[in-house]
Amino acid sequence: MNWFKRVQKGLRTSQKREMPDNLWIKCKGCGEILFRKELEKALHVCPKCGYHFRMGSNLYIPILADENSYREISPNLRSVDPLGFKTSKKYSDQLKEAKKRTGLQDACRIGEATINGYPVVLGAMDFGFIGGSMGSVVGEKVSRGIDIARENNCPLIIVTSSGGARMQEGILSLMQMAKTSAKLSLISEKGPLFISILTDPTTGGVTASFGMLGDIIIAEPGALVGFAGPRVIKQTIGQDLPEGFQRAEFLMEKGFVDMIVERNKMKSRISNIIRFFNND
Amino acid sequence: MSKITYDFEQPITDVEVEIALLESKAMATGTDLTSEIGKLKEKRDKVIRDVHSKLNRWQRVLLARHPDRPYTLDYIEMICDNFIELHGDRQYGDDAAMVTGMAEIDGHNMMIIGHQKGRGTRDNIKRNFGMSNPEGYRKALRVMKLGEKFKIPILSLVDTPGAFPGLGAEERGQAEAIAKNLLEMSKLKVPILVIIIGEGASGGALGIGIGDRILMMQNTWYSVISPEGCASILYRDSSKAAEAAEALKLTPDDLLEIGIIDGIITEPNGGAHRDKESAADSLKESILTNIRELQNLPSNILIENRVNKYSTMGAWIEN
Ligand SMILES: [Zn+2]
Repeated sequence: MNWFKRVQKGLRTSQKREMPDNLWIKCKGCGEILFRKELEKALHVCPKCGYHFRMGSNLYIPILADENSYREISPNLRSVDPLGFKTSKKYSDQLKEAKKRTGLQDACRIGEATINGYPVVLGAMDFGFIGGSMGSVVGEKVSRGIDIARENNCPLIIVTSSGGARMQEGILSLMQMAKTSAKLSLISEKGPLFISILTDPTTGGVTASFGMLGDIIIAEPGALVGFAGPRVIKQTIGQDLPEGFQRAEFLMEKGFVDMIVERNKMKSRISNIIRFFNND
Repeated sequence: MSKITYDFEQPITDVEVEIALLESKAMATGTDLTSEIGKLKEKRDKVIRDVHSKLNRWQRVLLARHPDRPYTLDYIEMICDNFIELHGDRQYGDDAAMVTGMAEIDGHNMMIIGHQKGRGTRDNIKRNFGMSNPEGYRKALRVMKLGEKFKIPILSLVDTPGAFPGLGAEERGQAEAIAKNLLEMSKLKVPILVIIIGEGASGGALGIGIGDRILMMQNTWYSVISPEGCASILYRDSSKAAEAAEALKLTPDDLLEIGIIDGIITEPNGGAHRDKESAADSLKESILTNIRELQNLPSNILIENRVNKYSTMGAWIEN
């Protein structure tokens, strides 16, 4: 098992700053110092206050997929630098760094799997890879996932975490919103079922496309979900945002998510929903 | 002469001032200066062509924002034989930053949807500077579905600095409203012609921007983020917007080159703000040509082509 190594990657910044020995981690929810191994066992949810730590696809996929069932689709899809984008940094260098740091090819992985025996297409995003931003690769992976879900007539499940469109790809990244939504229009009337799971944080272009287009939309407790980021809104209105604004509970109150599900109940909830719509 | 002049337009303004001086002199003294004035006007047109052949991307952005540029309702007034505005999303309210209605253009019925900016402070507050709230996107969708019901094509005029990033917008589901439009427009059974007439900023533009043909007027921009937004994220300095505009490659020529748009509508010499009527004429001609072509396609082919078009957008490698 190399879980331990993977976890270290995902939580690198907070570790480095607060807990140099890597054995302990401070909860962002309650401030409690937690033993890392226990936190891992608890699916990265604080046992004291229920705070859901951010997780990458490496960790989220095994939570949902049955053991050894996950087969990644198109793992070799890689971003290019279509605009030759260069500001303070070159996009091509940014990609190299992100790959090296995360060991991932891009901000999304998609694959075929089973969930409690039900065949599904399962995608998960990585906020750690350039802020989980959606460029051409994320858009193409989601699109291929939709294609395979259609072919196999099996549910599509996507775990989102993203800061929005990847501006380094310019207009092409904006078009990924159009692309994923156009593809979803093919399953929007007759299925298969699409469940989106919104995790912390999901904002911008991902929320305003497939994130909000689930037949069923689930959020993790406390997840920040919105269109504009809090910083931009704060700038616009010139005052602090109300407590809990744009959090999962707020979205549920306003009518934009079906349910809030804790991470340790996610798998059984998803399989219950699949079973219901399977009608067997 | 335009009231607002950008630095790069100064050479044009200089000649315009000369022309105005000569004209007033001719008037005051009764001297015939027609030929001198004529020569100056030729010079002015040449200066305009020179300046405009060398525009950089940031200057294009500034032109797209020129306060004298025609907005959606200006074009509607100039190109439509009839227009009846339709209000409200039937759920929450009427968003004045989004205009929708029934239009007749040269014998063709169309549903028009478009962002609406304001002129002057009061009007701009009413129009929220062209930044729609969720109810704007929902109103647009309602009107598009009405068009679909009666087989009337959609004309979408895009001109927005972005969807509004406010508290109410988030509360009422800005992301959901835009996402829903993207999905519904993908499968709308009637032709959709989208034209960027000014600013095409991000999801706020795309929210009414899915279509069978996407055109841009010459002095406009369309991008995933505004140059200022990009600069403030990447440089932590929004004053570097000009650099960001270059990096984002957001002009009509840029987008035509990579196949994101289908055509560019030429504006009168110096830009739409210098000759609104001519700009409207070009726009109208383009609308009619494209609508005529699209109207012959059966709806299943229309939708198939539309979805296929978006499905192939992107750049990646795989091996
Ligand atoms: Zn805690």
